[in-house]
Amino acid sequence: MADLIAHGAAHGSASTHSPDLQHHFDNMTQQFEASNLGMWVFLATEVLFFGGLFAAYTVYRSLYLPGFEIGSHLLDVRFGAANTAVLIGSSLSMVLAIRAAQTGQRRAQVFLLVLTMILGAAFLGIKFTFEWRNDYLEHLVPGINFAYRPEWGANGPHVQMFFLFYFIMTSIHALHMIIGIGLLSVLTWMAARGRFSPEYYTPMEVSGLYWHFVDIVWIFLFPLLYLIGGRYGIGGGH
Amino acid sequence: MTAAALLTMTNVLSAFSLPIHPPTASTISQGVDYLYFFLTGITLLFTILIFSIIFYFMIKYRRRSEDEAPPFVGTSMMLEIIWSLIPLAICAVIFVWASSLYFENSRPPNASMEMFVVGKQWMWHIQHPEGPREINELHVPVGVPVKLTMTSEDVIHDFSIPAFRIKKDVLPGRYSSIWFQATKTGIYHFYCAQYCGTDHAKMIGWVYVMTPEDYAGWLSGGVRGESMAQNGERLFTQLGCITCHVAGNNGRCPTLVGLFNHTVKLQDGRTVTADDAYIRNAIVNPNSMPLPSYAPVMPSFQGQINEEQLLQLIAYIKSLGPEERKSATK
Amino acid sequence: MSTAVTEIPQESRVNYLNASYGVKSWLFTVDHKRIALLYLVSITFMFLVGGGAAVLMRIHLIEPAGALVQPETYNKLFSAHGIIMVFFFLVPSIPATLGNFLVPLMIGAKDLAFPKLNLLSWYIYVVGALFTLYAVISGGVDTGWTFYTPYSSTYAHSQVIPAAIGVFITGFSSILTGLNFIVTIHKMRAPGLTWFRLPLFIWTMYATSVIFILGTPVLAITIFLLGVERLLHVGIFDPALGGDPLLFQHLFWFYSHPAVYIMILPGMGVVSELIAAFSRKRIYGYSMVAYSTFAIAIISFLVWGHHMFVSGQSIYAGLIFSVLSFLVAIPSAIKVFNWTATLYKGSISYQAPMLYALGFIGLFTMGGLTGLFLAALATDVHLNGTYFIVAHFHYIMVGGAVMAYMGGLHYWWPKISGRMYPDMWARIAAVIIFVGFNLTFFPQFMLGYLGMPRRYAVYPPEFQVLNVMSSAGASILGIGYLIPLVYLIWSMRYGPVAPANPWGAKGLEWTVPSPPPTENFEETPIVTEEAYNYAPIPEGQHG
Repeated sequence: MADLIAHGAAHGSASTHSPDLQHHFDNMTQQFEASNLGMWVFLATEVLFFGGLFAAYTVYRSLYLPGFEIGSHLLDVRFGAANTAVLIGSSLSMVLAIRAAQTGQRRAQVFLLVLTMILGAAFLGIKFTFEWRNDYLEHLVPGINFAYRPEWGANGPHVQMFFLFYFIMTSIHALHMIIGIGLLSVLTWMAARGRFSPEYYTPMEVSGLYWHFVDIVWIFLFPLLYLIGGRYGIGGGH
Repeated sequence: MTAAALLTMTNVLSAFSLPIHPPTASTISQGVDYLYFFLTGITLLFTILIFSIIFYFMIKYRRRSEDEAPPFVGTSMMLEIIWSLIPLAICAVIFVWASSLYFENSRPPNASMEMFVVGKQWMWHIQHPEGPREINELHVPVGVPVKLTMTSEDVIHDFSIPAFRIKKDVLPGRYSSIWFQATKTGIYHFYCAQYCGTDHAKMIGWVYVMTPEDYAGWLSGGVRGESMAQNGERLFTQLGCITCHVAGNNGRCPTLVGLFNHTVKLQDGRTVTADDAYIRNAIVNPNSMPLPSYAPVMPSFQGQINEEQLLQLIAYIKSLGPEERKSATK
Repeated sequence: MSTAVTEIPQESRVNYLNASYGVKSWLFTVDHKRIALLYLVSITFMFLVGGGAAVLMRIHLIEPAGALVQPETYNKLFSAHGIIMVFFFLVPSIPATLGNFLVPLMIGAKDLAFPKLNLLSWYIYVVGALFTLYAVISGGVDTGWTFYTPYSSTYAHSQVIPAAIGVFITGFSSILTGLNFIVTIHKMRAPGLTWFRLPLFIWTMYATSVIFILGTPVLAITIFLLGVERLLHVGIFDPALGGDPLLFQHLFWFYSHPAVYIMILPGMGVVSELIAAFSRKRIYGYSMVAYSTFAIAIISFLVWGHHMFVSGQSIYAGLIFSVLSFLVAIPSAIKVFNWTATLYKGSISYQAPMLYALGFIGLFTMGGLTGLFLAALATDVHLNGTYFIVAHFHYIMVGGAVMAYMGGLHYWWPKISGRMYPDMWARIAAVIIFVGFNLTFFPQFMLGYLGMPRRYAVYPPEFQVLNVMSSAGASILGIGYLIPLVYLIWSMRYGPVAPANPWGAKGLEWTVPSPPPTENFEETPIVTEEAYNYAPIPEGQHG
């Protein structure tokens, strides 16, 4: 068997490789690319996860459009739009934070990461304290206190179906946001201690990918949930 | 019951000579069996072919010494193509054959005799339009196409008659249908073939295929009661439908005369056919398909009537036509 | 020319097994080889639980009126058997044990890309298994492994939620394993190891991982929706509230059909390795086999509707799914022909792994061909829901996947444990398993065509003879499986010490000692030749 394999050069003099290099990797480039690819593959699984949900949503929306329209008009599009802006802003600050890491600016990194977290928290705050609380008070939570309104007529069960999907989709999304904020707080701690540099910012890059993905999911959720049947004029319909 | 015992005995006896297929008792059974035999032949052919070649190679090329050096054998692209195309061709033949059989078997002939099946945990209720109702038994005449319209009261079941080579899932909230034409009198099993809970295995029964004379005798003999349409008419009055859907079209409710299988134009512009499913939906979920110029005031009867009663109401409404319909719009 | 390496095996040499001792060194390991063994132990345990359920079922079915348990208990037995065997044995078996152990070794890497995620995936598997075992012990679940609604969402009075949680959690174990394999194979191949020089086992690990990644999340969301429906009764799958029970079936089978390819593709990869090694020849049509692997993985996502031909799906949808289901059979046929052709002019030996591989080819061929009966619409109508289906998938899963798993386990056992097992006992067990298997499942094809439905706790008396035959076969099969359990464990202590390459096979895993050191390779190897290079490939030709 010795003729089959030529031994490669011994893996570099120990003094030249970065302390961040994990020992099963050969070099930092390989490690960075592997981490990146790993996150992309993970995001692919998330696409399929949300995709199943979107498929079920599509089936019921095409069957019960009137009920879904009624439900959609009961959501407050101002809050939805505000949340969209907040999330897009947070993606911007995240990208800038990564740029700060790439250029070695520690204070900017920390500031921008904290800003991203604040915006993420704002998103959750608006969702939980304004939208969901209102929905609860108005008896629109399926399985908890959902109440049919007479003006819905035969569409009652379909309005409930809409709100079921609304709550499932936004709560799974919110769960991903919370996990994202958790990731960001770890990153902030690491950044504050100077962990990242132009040579090593992989955790930032990879978390940035995750954060953008969560943002993109919302970009789909917003029109699918809030904008059914079109809107004329500003202001939530009730 | 003695008929059933006799049948069981013959089946057990024939089991000792290991039968291959169930009784061939419908117009499609033979066709399905031929396809099955062809598939079995292909399976045997390829299995034996592969096994023999492997066996031959295993012996001819067995290792005789530890140092032997097997030669390099290059891949022949031609061979790869041949053994890709031949299976593809065989599959194409099977697909065309099976699909055309399947299409034939899924379209009931127009003059089919209709019967109605309701599955519920864990029994089958069968209604004949003329009135007789059966539990776990289905009497049919030989040589006549029979269409079964089926639904479930609860979970998904499946109505399966192996002797006729047919089955179909039976779902709650909708109608599914199969048809058959029995070719041999006799008694044959039917089974529930979709797992449905504790007594799924006991949800079985017997199809009795009788000569047309015997069938007519069975229909008229015994305790009969009213026909499905008569039961439906009684329900129509009992449930208050008649207060609104009166003959003469008082304008508050659409008329039901001649409605069955007529095209209906909905408020959103679509047109649908008023078949069994449409009428069932209109009773349990009214106002889900609003009509132009009628206010959506019909109450829902979901939960107040079971699937068998729904079928009776539909039978009654079927019996109200076809007359010239007055215009549905005011 | 290529003979077993003559190095003297050294017992005292440090390897991954003796590098550190103690429970903590195993439970907190990040070494892919140790994690593979952790999986091996847990998967074997689950196999015994699921197999125990099967034994009880076959005893019960000796009599038409049921010989052992009440129908409700029988229903819980077949549900436990299916859930445990599918999700906790077949899906992880080859990838999580053999794959975890071999992928880095075969590509010249020191570990997988994400060793800690690898350990996490094992813990996730264990937590999922605990939930499911809890469901079984605390009363059982009786929905079948397919959890069809509305029975499972509204009517079942059994432990649906714990079982569903168990399956949901374990899905993430698969996802992480798949993710790890994809990144590792893309990014950590040794220099010179191009895609078309990879062992075919790696190709199948990659394709299986793609299915893990794309299919398992859909199962997760489906189970999640089922749980919501069961807890809140809000109508997702309940027709009375506007829901559609068929939607559940579409979502469920969208994962579960590719899942069966998760179960067979790794087995095919193992068989490629075994055939090459025990005939000392390069796999005939290497690139065709590689392409077929991918074709199977891709087409597998397009055929789920063939489980629903009688469910109420439109006949046109049925046509499309039927065509695609025939198409997915072609790449599998191509593989079988190529394996057979590999034997031509080879130098074939008949140790136990080869017997398992040859058994696989025969039984997989039969099982796959019976799939044609089910892809064909007209025959599927008659056969759906009957024992024919049960026989078909057991031929592929047990006659195929489990035989391949056993073959692979035996082939790589010297590498994994550093010991040889007694080959005579291994061959006897392989034959017993082969005979017992056919006796168990061939009668079920006949039962199915005669019309006996599946999942029946009691049955009409005319089916008894075939049922008794099947149960007799099952007892033989059970004994067959217990024999390797005994001698493999025995060999770990008393088996002869194994050299680095006891079979004289090609492949990077055979260039390191048995068992390998923790870091696998002292220096990253550089690969300069094709896979299975038993005979040098002449200029201008391709293998």
